Amino acid sequence: KRIKTLTDLGGCGECQTCKTSCTVG
Amino acid sequence: MIHQYKNNGYNIVLDIASGSVHVVDDLVYDMIEMYQDLSEEQITDAIVKKYMSTYSNEDIHEAYEDITALKERGQLFTEDVYKDVIIDFKKRKTVVKALCLHIAHDCNLSCKYCFADEGSYNGKPKALMSAEVGKRALDFLVENSGNRVNLEVDFFGGEPLMNFEVIKEIVEYGRSIEKAAGKNFRFTLTTNGILLNDEITEFCNREISNVVLSLDGRKCVNDNMRPSVNGKGSYDIIVPKFQRFVEQRGDRSYYVRGTFTRNNLDFVEDFKAMADLGFKEISIEPVVASEESDYSIREEDIETICAEYDKLAAYLIELAKKGKPITFFHYMLDLNGGPCVYKRLSGCGSGTEYLAVTPDGDLYPCHQFVSYDDYKMGNVFDGIEKTDIVDEFKLCNVYAKEKCRDCFARFYCSGGCAANSFQFHGNILDAYDIGCKLQRKRVECAIMIKAALAELEEGE
Repeated sequence: KRIKTLTDLGGCGECQTCKTSCTVG
Repeated sequence: MIHQYKNNGYNIVLDIASGSVHVVDDLVYDMIEMYQDLSEEQITDAIVKKYMSTYSNEDIHEAYEDITALKERGQLFTEDVYKDVIIDFKKRKTVVKALCLHIAHDCNLSCKYCFADEGSYNGKPKALMSAEVGKRALDFLVENSGNRVNLEVDFFGGEPLMNFEVIKEIVEYGRSIEKAAGKNFRFTLTTNGILLNDEITEFCNREISNVVLSLDGRKCVNDNMRPSVNGKGSYDIIVPKFQRFVEQRGDRSYYVRGTFTRNNLDFVEDFKAMADLGFKEISIEPVVASEESDYSIREEDIETICAEYDKLAAYLIELAKKGKPITFFHYMLDLNGGPCVYKRLSGCGSGTEYLAVTPDGDLYPCHQFVSYDDYKMGNVFDGIEKTDIVDEFKLCNVYAKEKCRDCFARFYCSGGCAANSFQFHGNILDAYDIGCKLQRKRVECAIMIKAALAELEEGE
């Protein structure tokens, strides 16, 4: 196909802190 | 607005402010490049001139409509709406949610590039953290973490396992208080492996969420940069221990982490060497060192390193095709989830939600600032005394940094390392330029790998 879209953006602060994933989901 | 590039046969368009990623053919790639500046008629003329009769006028018109549709859906040429709302970053209330415990300012290796100077951190006396300081650090964390539930404690050094008994005491204490405090402690550890044994492995598998194992790859490379204190190489001691550790680790998280220097710009060979040893989770990253050192990465090395990153990306795709995937930390990218924008823009949290604790209990913005006495913020017994340092770090976000605010990688990089900025420019709101160039290349490679894997899944 001419265009293939791979993916179609205060926080709660619970995700890991020096790549992290959203803890809430 | 957008960033478009070609890599490994893929034409990739990243819509920076929405996070959308598109893989397109040559026609659309060229048209997107002209879309904002030229009319459809002008674009058509340019395409016909370049491709002769390859594309019909109908093809070009359809492509133009597809591009317009992407823009209308907010997936192309999206305006950055975050710049204006982040001005008040200094007013935000921050809490501490992670500590880096310098459990040992001492080391049994003498790695040439170590920013911690074998644990002495710019001439500080050798020291081991006491259980009293460690337990107080956990209390400090609980007291200053507000409503945060998930708290993180990293055991760092020097070499943390030189103080293993205290690590055990601190973890035991953490487990004894977390339920009543309504918290979950997540402990992590970085080790050079010299002291690893079955008792420590069993403890790590029970209590430590992630373990970082330091190894630089090939024996000759590792032993050149990571000798023991008596000058002998460490490879033959640590590799069997790491292999045994990983074997017993099961599905728990670990990383074998290496550093490459200008002595091994062919670092893909080191990655392969670590993969051949049976390690599946690997990180290898460029040394950060002043230009005076003979092993530092220079501007003239960047082209070579970028070509090496391309080679590594192609190698990882090949492994995935064979059904034997290996994770490279710096190509980990979650395009469909990942952290929220707030997290992406505020970065690692150093100086605000992430602090380092020395063996004496002194607080610093992060482990890399412990060498700088001016950045001592307080201690775990009396709390944070120099709140001006917290305020300085609160401002750390990508829009506060001139080099970052228009960079295409800003939502993936989060503004780079404050300590590296300070080391090279004397302030935390600049950016380490060589690191930036390599980071941008890694982001490009990581997205390209996503494109290749998506193609693989579709069986094209």
